[in-house]
Amino acid sequence: MIREPFAGGDSAVHRMDPRVRIFFATLFSVVTALSYRFSSLTAALLLSLFLTAAARLNILAVLRRLAVVWGFLVFLWLILPLTFGGEVLYRFGPLAFSRPGVILAAQITLKSHAILLALIALVATMNSATLGYVLDFFHLPPKLVYLLLLTYRYIFVIEQEYMRLSRAARLRSFQPRTRLHTYRTYAYLVGMLFVRAAARADRVYKAMRCRGFQGRIYCLHSFAVTRPDWIWTGLLGAWIVCLAVLEWSPAPLF
Amino acid sequence: MMHAFTPPRIPALIRLDGINFGYAGRRPILDSLDFQLHPGERVGLLGPNGSGKTTLFHIIMGLMRPQSGTIELFGKQVVKEKEFREFYSRIGLLFQDADDQLFSPTVLEDVAFGPLNLGKSKQEAVDIARKTLAELGLDGFEDRITHKLSGGEKRLVSLATVLAMDPEVLLLDEPSTGLDTRTKQTLVDVLGRMNLSYIIISHEGDFMEEVADIIYTMEEGRLNRAEYIHSHVHAHPHAGHDH
Repeated sequence: MIREPFAGGDSAVHRMDPRVRIFFATLFSVVTALSYRFSSLTAALLLSLFLTAAARLNILAVLRRLAVVWGFLVFLWLILPLTFGGEVLYRFGPLAFSRPGVILAAQITLKSHAILLALIALVATMNSATLGYVLDFFHLPPKLVYLLLLTYRYIFVIEQEYMRLSRAARLRSFQPRTRLHTYRTYAYLVGMLFVRAAARADRVYKAMRCRGFQGRIYCLHSFAVTRPDWIWTGLLGAWIVCLAVLEWSPAPLF
Repeated sequence: MMHAFTPPRIPALIRLDGINFGYAGRRPILDSLDFQLHPGERVGLLGPNGSGKTTLFHIIMGLMRPQSGTIELFGKQVVKEKEFREFYSRIGLLFQDADDQLFSPTVLEDVAFGPLNLGKSKQEAVDIARKTLAELGLDGFEDRITHKLSGGEKRLVSLATVLAMDPEVLLLDEPSTGLDTRTKQTLVDVLGRMNLSYIIISHEGDFMEEVADIIYTMEEGRLNRAEYIHSHVHAHPHAGHDH
């Protein structure tokens, strides 16, 4: 479930004010997603790599996260150059690799890596509770914030209940195979999970009512901006301005 | 002329008269149950699983509605949910499963939730929460993530969330179940120290003996006051007297 492998560190990035991180992660993602020039995309990737390094994350864990995207990228590299058409870059027997297709695939690769790494470095380095507080601070709809916070709280409880059920099944010699008995058992298991989740929700709501719940949850978290936060704000802000200039200057700078 | 002397009526904290509750087609869970809790009473509730002890608590809190019978809290009859609401600050219910009670991401927020609902300012609520945690020996737990607490810690934090509302009566649903000796002792100490009336459900005889003065047993939907079983042994701080 939610392991939050990156949330525990104590690097300069971890110490950065969460609001600064969320703000720049969002801004950076938008600018990068809208960019096409290789100069700005490369600069974006450089910033992401810098942030990932500054967050001092476990490289293997980061690569494992990136691997999810590589699956899609391999698919794109197989499809786009062959199907995009336009100027032919290379011919191999009956296959024609199109130049615009290769360029597009390369742009997507750079973009996705830049954005994903930035999100890993800036957002995945805080736990979901903090993320909830930041969203509350930026005045996102309260219902969404509570949904996130309550999900974060209870997904672990649901996972525990799932483990308990599946352990009970295993201890009675249940071995999943491709047969009806297995499907039925899994259906019972999932059904049971829903029943328990509903009963749980009912009890949680009752407990909240007993404490005077009237539809409002309060975020008590208070943020404090420190000197390093201002330095980060300047640095990240300047870099993102550079990205925008590289992308949208009338004539390409590089 | 002599007037018969009538003592001023001190209302019971909780008074239940002829409570019936059950599901259609099954034996009633509560069968014209009567019960009163008076100020200062520390009541223990025994009874087999499924005998309706938790249901009784939920009926007192207005979370479930009896088919018939009257409920009086602090001398006032309550029927509607809205009427129960004003007593939430005076009667605190500790749920059996701490995971039901703790829903906030962090301990401090959970303990401050009740006071905030009572209209306290954020600063007041935080102060109350810190004070309550300290009273239970949970200083430093403020920023802990609730789902990462151990079972015993969860139970104590749950108790803190209830105590933070400054109740006069506590309803404790199996508070000692699954606790280690040390946490159980903390619970006994806290209950002894707080000047509260309470009803406590437990299956553990020795724990019950330490925290309850009156024992009721739940049988066939009714409460029977058990024979006086309280054998409180006072541990004297002074060594034995020589006579």
